[in-house]
Amino acid sequence: MMKKIMLLFSLLIISVVSFAQEKPDSYRVEMADTMRSNGRIYVVVAVALTILIGLVLYVVRIDRKISKLEREK
Amino acid sequence: MTDTKNYMYKSWWKIASVALLIYTFTAGLLLDVPRLPALQETIRNLYFHVCMWFAMMILFTVSVVNAIRYLRTFNIKYDIYARQFAVVAIVFGLLGYLTGAIWASYTWADPNKPAINSFSTIARDPKLIGAAIALLVYFAYLILRDSIQDMDKKARISAVYNIFAYAMLFPAIWILPRILPSLHPGNEGNPALDVKNDISGNMRMIFYPAVIGWTLLGVWITTLKIRLSLLKEKGMLS
Repeated sequence: MMKKIMLLFSLLIISVVSFAQEKPDSYRVEMADTMRSNGRIYVVVAVALTILIGLVLYVVRIDRKISKLEREK
Repeated sequence: MTDTKNYMYKSWWKIASVALLIYTFTAGLLLDVPRLPALQETIRNLYFHVCMWFAMMILFTVSVVNAIRYLRTFNIKYDIYARQFAVVAIVFGLLGYLTGAIWASYTWADPNKPAINSFSTIARDPKLIGAAIALLVYFAYLILRDSIQDMDKKARISAVYNIFAYAMLFPAIWILPRILPSLHPGNEGNPALDVKNDISGNMRMIFYPAVIGWTLLGVWITTLKIRLSLLKEKGMLS
């Protein structure tokens, strides 16, 4: 009887352990982790932000020009 | 110039738009995202590709509202509003379509076959065909408008057509793709808005500000186009 209970218990533990091992399974999905750890991702952010700000400045300039035209009318 | 001080000339929402977009570009690339097979880092496209469609939908809605306002008042100003909002919405729709094409060719393609062989399957997806139909209906709106010389007739016919085009949006991009089997995610429930079992809370923190930022940028560009057309209109009258 005692043996059987022990067996059941150990099987339960094994199943829990195997669940615990399954959890970080998602970490096997390949992501750009190296890019993050060596900080190169900031280069990408800088490039993207430069393009965004450049475009925004262009739109601001057009806005100013139209405002000037409106005042002349 | 009684309406000089309306929202088009205020700058606070333009600044808000730029701030939200800067946040989108930084946080969108840096913050953690769920690790999902097949999607991997491309899940970050949610902040760009999906926002294009949200912005398009909002701008088309504003356009149809202005078309109805035109039909109620016959004030040519509302016709200009409706047209410019529709044009910028089409631009956002095209950007959404293009970004979707790039995204799909990397995540939907069968990895066992050369990418070109998966193309016929991808191109046949109901969501893509629906979006293409919706955009073509709006292209026809622009062609219809520009083919009528008489200004009042042009405004009236295109306002009515605008309402039909808007009604066509719903079967084309919301209903039909959900009835047919599609590779495109979000066919059950409310895509990107479902709180329980959709995108993670972490992503929602960036996604909603991104939608507002992109939409405001679209509105900003539209107001510039509206102001130019109003100036042209005045030049013609004086």
